[in-house]
Amino acid sequence: MVQVTEADTVLNCAELSTREVNAALAELPDGTHARITEPWGRHNLAVGLSNSCTIEIAGNAGYFIGGLGAGPAITVHGFVGWSVGENLMSGSITVHGNASECAGASAHGGRLVIHGDASARAGISLKGGTVLVGGDVGHMSGFMAQAGVLLVGGDAGDALGDSLYETVIYVAGRIASLGADARIEELTADDVLTVKRLVDKAGFDHIDPENVKRVASAKQLYNFDALKDQKY
Amino acid sequence: MTEMLPRPTARAEPAADEIPADGRRRSHTFPPESIAQIQRMAEEGHYEIRGWGAKRALPSFDDLTFLTASISRYPLEGYREKCETRTVLGSRFASKPIELDIPITIAGMSFGSLSAAAKTALGTAATAVGTSTTTGDGGMSTEERAASQLLVYQCLPSRYGFNLADLRKADAIEIVVGQGAKPGGGGMLLGQKVSDRVAGMRTLPPGVDQRSASRHPDWVGPDDLRIKIEELREATSWEKPVYVKLGATRVTNDVKLAVAAGADVVVVDGMQGGTGATQDVFLENAGIPTLPAVRQAAAALREIEMEDQVQLVVSGGIRSGSDVAKALALGADAVSLGVAPLVALGCNSRTYQRDGISHDATEDYRALGTEPGHCHKMHTGQCPVGIATQDPELEARLDAAAGARRVINYLKSVTMELTTLARACGKSDVHNLEPEDLVALTVEAAAMAGVPLAGTNWIPGEQR
Ligand code: SF4
Repeated sequence: MVQVTEADTVLNCAELSTREVNAALAELPDGTHARITEPWGRHNLAVGLSNSCTIEIAGNAGYFIGGLGAGPAITVHGFVGWSVGENLMSGSITVHGNASECAGASAHGGRLVIHGDASARAGISLKGGTVLVGGDVGHMSGFMAQAGVLLVGGDAGDALGDSLYETVIYVAGRIASLGADARIEELTADDVLTVKRLVDKAGFDHIDPENVKRVASAKQLYNFDALKDQKY
Repeated sequence: MTEMLPRPTARAEPAADEIPADGRRRSHTFPPESIAQIQRMAEEGHYEIRGWGAKRALPSFDDLTFLTASISRYPLEGYREKCETRTVLGSRFASKPIELDIPITIAGMSFGSLSAAAKTALGTAATAVGTSTTTGDGGMSTEERAASQLLVYQCLPSRYGFNLADLRKADAIEIVVGQGAKPGGGGMLLGQKVSDRVAGMRTLPPGVDQRSASRHPDWVGPDDLRIKIEELREATSWEKPVYVKLGATRVTNDVKLAVAAGADVVVVDGMQGGTGATQDVFLENAGIPTLPAVRQAAAALREIEMEDQVQLVVSGGIRSGSDVAKALALGADAVSLGVAPLVALGCNSRTYQRDGISHDATEDYRALGTEPGHCHKMHTGQCPVGIATQDPELEARLDAAAGARRVINYLKSVTMELTTLARACGKSDVHNLEPEDLVALTVEAAAMAGVPLAGTNWIPGEQR
């Protein structure tokens, strides 16, 4: 069910090329609202934007939605392909559906909210962004994540947080396995407050902030030691 | 196999002629270098990490020579007639292609691996001679953007410091799939070089031994790459050329796939290419030399009839105008240099200048276990001449302005060598050099370059 609000600008993918859509979005004055209709899995919608507008995508979209963004608030009423919000710098992306692989890859800032499931490598290489997944995430999620937060409302697949740096991962459900150098740590009062703030922002009502697992780096791989049984 | 055998110090060595000849017989399988390497591994329990590039002998441009003009072809007047060197890269899709005065560019080397002074010097020199520099695995430093009139911004698997604002400031974008020194491997910057500033730019804790990813975090495979390239173009309004850089391995297929994915420029980096740090086993045993890589890449572009639309940049061990001329003759549109401009800056020099006074750095090289002329110790961060370091004391050994003057001189000299050879081949534009201008001095080079063995019409592997 697509629910959209009144838009200042409507861009129909059935009539416009990706270039035309993105060029029109880049021209939007701050504070305006645009709606993209009939996306039909179109890749690279709303990428590289730095204006503070709001954008709705009314349907399923393809790869790299909102990639490299530094400002807009994007809402997708549908599923998205690979690497939604990759290299996000600021602003937000909210997906009312599932996301495919590499959601939020290398996001330096901003907030990515996925109300459904995310696939493998969610939050890979994260560099400061906040990736909030209401459902499950696939294997190798949080791989080499350097900073920021990954919150998983459902279960996490194998090798969660492999080679983590300073990112903290919170998981409400089960963890299939931890990756190299990832460990479960005690949940502090600060963590509970952080999770509460995040679930409130995301609008997740199925996560109990006091009942999540905190996964962080054991920091045993920070410095080079090739005798670590080929762990990396 | 690069370390010297440890020399016994307790006992005086007998003079060489006191040792019977059989007692000095060298083993081909276990030469002193192999023995030293095995002993080092037995001592330390890990592989050797170092900078620089492959050190072993490889088929190279040295194995080719030009058939310059005589009766069958006219030369151009060597000292008078103009020989064009202008080079345009990225004319396929980008609305603002890169226009270079010379077909010689500076390869990607990270701020972090190199000092800020070194990056500034390279940028200043490149600007003075009308060419481009390239960022590297650590983001765009303000010094580099200020110094380089034409700056290529690398998009690497690590994505350290990669951001929209810097992407917009770039003149071209280079997606790094691989690197000739370590195709299939990720970057490495040991903790001693991860200073507070470097760590900040890379979002890493200071002092970690940074090992970057070898796969991009957001795409896998050629179909994804096509969409990734479109994303970068969309984010920059299709203005900037997109290069795809490949470590030379399966060159023919990789070049075709990069073109199919939408590259404006394909950069092929041969196994002589340098690096700030990686495993010795990688440097010496992965990839193919630059010589066959150029020929394969050029042939691949011709096969898909894209040689006029997609430019080929070649790198990996290129040192001189003759290397450049040979690369161009084999089909490159431009070359990219890494180690050579560092040497021009002062890498491996016995001395460095500080406050106008020359200082001898020999003892500093020896402290690293090496000598001037043999150094490959970038990974230590203790560069004796201030190039590959983040230590402020050492960095002060490199005067960016003086270094830039040396690199300018070097690049001008290389260009003069290039045009000298081109004119002698009768070419009024260096890009008119062609394989027919070359012959090979060895059977291997003839086979790899696809040109006849000198004095014959024989190209190994080709039907007569
Ligand atoms: S002199 Fe400096 S730049 Fe040159 S090889 Fe040695 S450490 Fe590297």
